[in-house]
Amino acid sequence: MKNAVGREIPDYLLTGGKEVYQGKNYMDGKYIQKASPRTRRYEKPQESKLVDSIKAALEQCGAKDGMTFSFHHHLRDGDYVVNMVMAAAIEELGLKDLTIAATSLGNAHDPIADYIEQGKVIGIQTSGIRGRMGEVVSAGKLKTPAIIRSHGGRPRAIEAGEVHIDIAFVAAPTSDCVGNCRGIGGKSNCGSMGYAMTDAKYADHVVVVTDCLVDFPNMPASVEAIDVDAVVVVDSIGNPKKIASAAARISQNPRDLMMAEDVARVIASTPYFKDGFSFQTGVGGPSLAANLFLERYMDQRNIKMGWAIGGICGPMVELLKKGKVGKVIDVQDFDLDAVNSINQTPGHYEMSASQYANPANKGAFVNKLDFVVLAALEIDTGFNVNVLTGSDGVLRGAPGGHPDTAAGSKVCIIVTPLTRGRMATVCEHVVTVTTPGDCVDVLVTDYGIAVNPLRPDLIECLDKAGIPHVTIESLKEKAYSLVGRPDDLQWEDQVVAVLEARDGTILDVVKKIKPYQG
Amino acid sequence: MIPRPKPERFRLRRTMMFMNAQKPGLIKDAYIYGCDSIMLDLEDAVAENQKDAARFSLYHALTTIDYGDTEVIVRINGLDTPHWQEDIRVCVAGGADGIRIAKCESAQDVLTVEKAVEAAEEEFGVEKGRTLLMAALESPKGILNAYEICAASPRMFGVAISGGDFRKCMQTTPQPDGVDLLVARGQMLIAARAAGVQCFDTVFTNLDDQAGFEAEVRQNKAMGFDGKSLINPKQIRYVHQVFAPTQKEIVQAEKIVRAYREQSAAGVGVFTVDGKMIDIAFIPGAERTLRLARACGLYEGDLV
Amino acid sequence: MEILKPAVAGTLESSDAQVTVEPGGEGIELSLQSSVMNQYGRQIRQTVLDTLARLEVRDAKITVVDKGALDCTLKARVECAVFRSCGASASGIPWGGAVR
Repeated sequence: MKNAVGREIPDYLLTGGKEVYQGKNYMDGKYIQKASPRTRRYEKPQESKLVDSIKAALEQCGAKDGMTFSFHHHLRDGDYVVNMVMAAAIEELGLKDLTIAATSLGNAHDPIADYIEQGKVIGIQTSGIRGRMGEVVSAGKLKTPAIIRSHGGRPRAIEAGEVHIDIAFVAAPTSDCVGNCRGIGGKSNCGSMGYAMTDAKYADHVVVVTDCLVDFPNMPASVEAIDVDAVVVVDSIGNPKKIASAAARISQNPRDLMMAEDVARVIASTPYFKDGFSFQTGVGGPSLAANLFLERYMDQRNIKMGWAIGGICGPMVELLKKGKVGKVIDVQDFDLDAVNSINQTPGHYEMSASQYANPANKGAFVNKLDFVVLAALEIDTGFNVNVLTGSDGVLRGAPGGHPDTAAGSKVCIIVTPLTRGRMATVCEHVVTVTTPGDCVDVLVTDYGIAVNPLRPDLIECLDKAGIPHVTIESLKEKAYSLVGRPDDLQWEDQVVAVLEARDGTILDVVKKIKPYQG
Repeated sequence: MIPRPKPERFRLRRTMMFMNAQKPGLIKDAYIYGCDSIMLDLEDAVAENQKDAARFSLYHALTTIDYGDTEVIVRINGLDTPHWQEDIRVCVAGGADGIRIAKCESAQDVLTVEKAVEAAEEEFGVEKGRTLLMAALESPKGILNAYEICAASPRMFGVAISGGDFRKCMQTTPQPDGVDLLVARGQMLIAARAAGVQCFDTVFTNLDDQAGFEAEVRQNKAMGFDGKSLINPKQIRYVHQVFAPTQKEIVQAEKIVRAYREQSAAGVGVFTVDGKMIDIAFIPGAERTLRLARACGLYEGDLV
Repeated sequence: MEILKPAVAGTLESSDAQVTVEPGGEGIELSLQSSVMNQYGRQIRQTVLDTLARLEVRDAKITVVDKGALDCTLKARVECAVFRSCGASASGIPWGGAVR
């Protein structure tokens, strides 16, 4: 069945009430029955929940074949916990048919590819997938299609019972002996632990893995002892160098700066750019650089940013410290400046993934956003964005909060160079739709700006401000005139990944790619 | 092959941005940053053993990339190298708008290049005289011979000082107030104006010293330069900002040109504007201001 | 042109291609690696073969490692490698003739 972004969704996926994507806010007003976990009572007073090993924790939680384990990605490319837990489950306990439900997976998790090939891991649910795991899933080696959800779509699915977590693993930079966890104070600090919060509330069992045991009570706790079954102390939960970079530096690349300046001009031309406005930006080159130019417009007009959300890094913390933004609410930290600021700098708070982006709750932050600035691997003439599959059709990206913030914000700006190497970023049809075009308002490239025709109000703003803009079709033609028209990718029938929209409908599927035939 | 309009000898050249002709990622779309001229470099930016490869890259860039209104000039290797003749052949064959003669020291150097350009135009069936020339003065001798260099050929549109080499010859280094190049810049400007060609300042290489860069650009404008060579796109905007005429200058120029056209139609040669006496000598300057204002997007009238 | 000795042109930087030519047996033996193989492999192969044909190279072993180069760059690298292999890359290039 064809969905609202023109993608053909195989009928066999549309079971148990699953629907295809129908357009923005389709589920508004509907009711959901929240799922509840089955959890063990710990009535008898206990001194400590420390267990000797991950294996022992798994045994205590009744780990068995066919279970779903959840993980969160605050340790990013430095994470050791996913590999450690899966090795214990599969190699020490001999478990099989396991599903990994992670908030995201990355290059750190290459060893999991082997478990997929061996058929020990049969399901993957994640926001991001990269490296060898992306390759083996794209090659059709995972038994069931991977399910890709946004950061808001995941807590929605958990709360609705579409994902049932048997054991949630919390990678904790610090924990006390009963499982109160924080993202700071240890040797592998990550700052916010927002993505772990929903998992811990909805999982049947919760195991904390830490490399820094601290005195009870570890307060204020991000994940609380009331939800934790066991605490395991290991040598190291991750490589600090890869968890948080020294400091996210603003790009000096002239192309990035030129685009960032245009992003700020577009923002400043809209009526939403007024005292108290709200803002989120990605950490990619031009997106982050937009902060710099936006600050100049704020100074010129003598206005301040009300609040900012998202994955947070140094430049935003800097604005907070200068008093140019009122509050920063934070689901993840990208650099040490942000890690060291959360809950320390007045106005810098932690939030859960659900609070950040879940469209099925009653007040997600993304739905109050004025502006979001995002990157793209590809964007097509219908303004549909792909941030998941590479030009070769292989899984190597992450929707993350992209679809959530795009849908919730008043102005969603995509900033990307027109071409990357020989790839046309602005193209006729994206390989995979990860953010639907009806949520994307403005495209800023190094060759010009295009406004979604669904937003005549924004077109008028740009015209009034004298900001030149063109049609997205003309940008696409320019791109193809530079790099040539690409040949179509060749696919098999097998679906290797299903892409859910933030509301749980099916936005697109990724099929197995045919190897290149010279 | 992308057709390029016939190069204009006198056009707006506030910013000339250097680009290594050997780097495909750089030259493919350097025009997007909005500089007036791009300077594709076959000389210092290209290693000695890659001179041949750079020419192949350059040829295909010139013939396939649509640089639009941006002028495309090529800096060729010095006349004391084995490379300059083939450099000229590829520039002419590819349809470059102009050639920058490196280390130019005399009118004879210009004539030597001109002869090779003419031969190449003949060889490749390019309209005779199409390829423009400019000279880079990099030595004391070049500066002393600035006038004869500027006046050596009708193809010459301008002259530029190359600060790095010149300072070495003069045993000095960049100074915050520009005193190191003061006399050379002045002498070159006088020569260029006397010969009726344009004059461009050297690059500012310390990208971390934005204040120093801005001070130098303001001094360039005050001294009367037409433009400046640049090494990074982020330097473009400030130069255009400084070289743009002020609103007051534009209004004044408009009044002068309008009044002159009305008065001269009535047969009057000398008249006053806002109490100031005006004659024909003011007109070229006023018209230049309006053309510059139009290029900067500040003037939409129909007087120029 | 006849490939006389092995020669290389280009780099492995993004947007570039590294082309190696060597004397070979009968015909053109092309080995191609590309970061954009699925979408541009066919076109890259065609560009390389067309360029060799213009240069009248009939027998050669040619290896192209492409890092997303545009056609104009691919042509430049193939031509440079071929002229280098004949020791003829420094001067007298047939601009606009066999090189176009």
